[in-house]
Amino acid sequence: MSATTAGSVPGPAKNLRASRALGRRRYLVNTIAKALSTLATFIGLAFLASILFTLVSRGIGGLSLTVFTTSTLPPGSNGGLLNAIIGSLIQTVLGAAIGTPIGLMVGTYLSEYGQGSVVANAVRFVSDVLLSAPSILIGLFIYQLAVAPFGGFSGIAGCLALAVLVIPIVVRTTEDMLRLIPVTLREAVVGLGAPKWKMIVLVCYRAARQGIATGILLAVARIAGETAPLLFTSLGNLNWSLSLDKPMASLPVTIYQYAGSAFDDWVQLAWVGALLITFGVLAINIAARLLLRGAK
Amino acid sequence: MSITAASGESSTGAAGMRPVTGRASAMNPARIAMRNLDFFYGDHRALKAIDLDLPDRQVTGMIGPSGCGKSTLLRVLNRMYDLYPGQRATGEVMMDGANIIDPKVDVNALRARIGMVFQKPTPFPMTIYENIAFGVKLHERLSKSAMDERVEWSLARAALLDEAKDRLHMSAMGLSGGQQQRLCIARTIAVRPEVILLDEPTSALDPISTLKIEELIDELKTDFTIAIVTHNMQQAARCADQVAFFYLGEMVECGPAAQIFTAPKQKRTQEYVTGRFG
Repeated sequence: MSATTAGSVPGPAKNLRASRALGRRRYLVNTIAKALSTLATFIGLAFLASILFTLVSRGIGGLSLTVFTTSTLPPGSNGGLLNAIIGSLIQTVLGAAIGTPIGLMVGTYLSEYGQGSVVANAVRFVSDVLLSAPSILIGLFIYQLAVAPFGGFSGIAGCLALAVLVIPIVVRTTEDMLRLIPVTLREAVVGLGAPKWKMIVLVCYRAARQGIATGILLAVARIAGETAPLLFTSLGNLNWSLSLDKPMASLPVTIYQYAGSAFDDWVQLAWVGALLITFGVLAINIAARLLLRGAK
Repeated sequence: MSITAASGESSTGAAGMRPVTGRASAMNPARIAMRNLDFFYGDHRALKAIDLDLPDRQVTGMIGPSGCGKSTLLRVLNRMYDLYPGQRATGEVMMDGANIIDPKVDVNALRARIGMVFQKPTPFPMTIYENIAFGVKLHERLSKSAMDERVEWSLARAALLDEAKDRLHMSAMGLSGGQQQRLCIARTIAVRPEVILLDEPTSALDPISTLKIEELIDELKTDFTIAIVTHNMQQAARCADQVAFFYLGEMVECGPAAQIFTAPKQKRTQEYVTGRFG
């Protein structure tokens, strides 16, 4: 129908009827597209809302001071989650502390030194594969590397497994953020007589700091809720323990163990633990968002 | 063709903005002398056998249509092309008896002597004070008070001190575009180079900021040898003592600004400066 107007010279539409029909058709297509995408949004949000609602309604009842002051205890003895919370904090923080510098350096290499080289392309590919590798494989890998040879599960093995998860996330965000720095800024730094490493450390990191920090926070959020890599490494520990060479409790593993148990108070604690992790991760994600907004 | 002392001097004021006085009547001895300079982007020869002198403490304007090689020439002078594999220069660029395109030259020390200001303002993501101290710290160890003095001196030379003195420790990103560009000039002169290269320094700025930068160039040439690339013919006429016209990688003509704009020797130069092409 638009054939009558399409080929003609620009100017007022000659065929008013055809142009009205075209307008109606566009309006219709627009309305349908809008309706479908709105519907899809609501479906996605509905799942999220349902999860959050279930978590809060089941978890909030068990939330009490005991949860934060008492370690896990046998069923029926009013235990808490203190050892799991502290264990999770230790393993997450240490995992991020080990993985972040490695990821930063690899990302810096990919963006600043290895551009276009075969090695860099291979490293980037492997890192991207690692990014989407099932986390249970990471757990098994660390089991072979740091559990089996040393004769037992340990907190430090859990930290290592989480660190391996952190690396590819930090690699990717670091490389992406450094790449965003305009070449004009780099040339301005080098033009003053700065060696390349000073350009990277003193200016590029600073220019990309919010983006890089966001990547680190997202990596922390990711590992805070990981269960699978910890099952084969830090195992979980029902007693209070801060030793990195012994099995160590963590919230996700405790949830895993408690949720499937036959004791009501343990199941209740699993809900509480899930609630804590979810809101902890949510808080980290919001912090990352705010940080990124500050960057703009 | 190399530069010889200019003979005549016209007082017509080619730009019409400011009468050209006798200042360009004689060129100073060369601070940098290019002889038979070629430059390659891979296989593409972007500069062809350039012979050009930058006279000491005078302003050399480089004009020509886009892609003619004038910016490339500036990037040769402080070895910016070193950043990119596949780019290379051959020939001679003599400064104090040394060929600065020799691979053995310490480029970081060279860049301290030959500073560059770019088309777009490029403030570093730090405070105004740190922006200026950054370059100085690369080459000198100064006490706190000496650094304060240097920062103030360079801001004053770049005509930014009045606007910046109350916000030295605030982010440089908060400055206006024109202020940012003057900050970049301050940052460059703080290192106390001998030569300053300006690559279309006002193309991203409004007319008032442009005027300030042009006045600044006039002021700076008492201490520094300056080369400025510009697309603005009036700007070249206003700022430069000597003007070189480039076309397709060749230097077509070079002479005192007034002569280039009023009585060019080459037909192509005349066509360009009168706006017939380019």
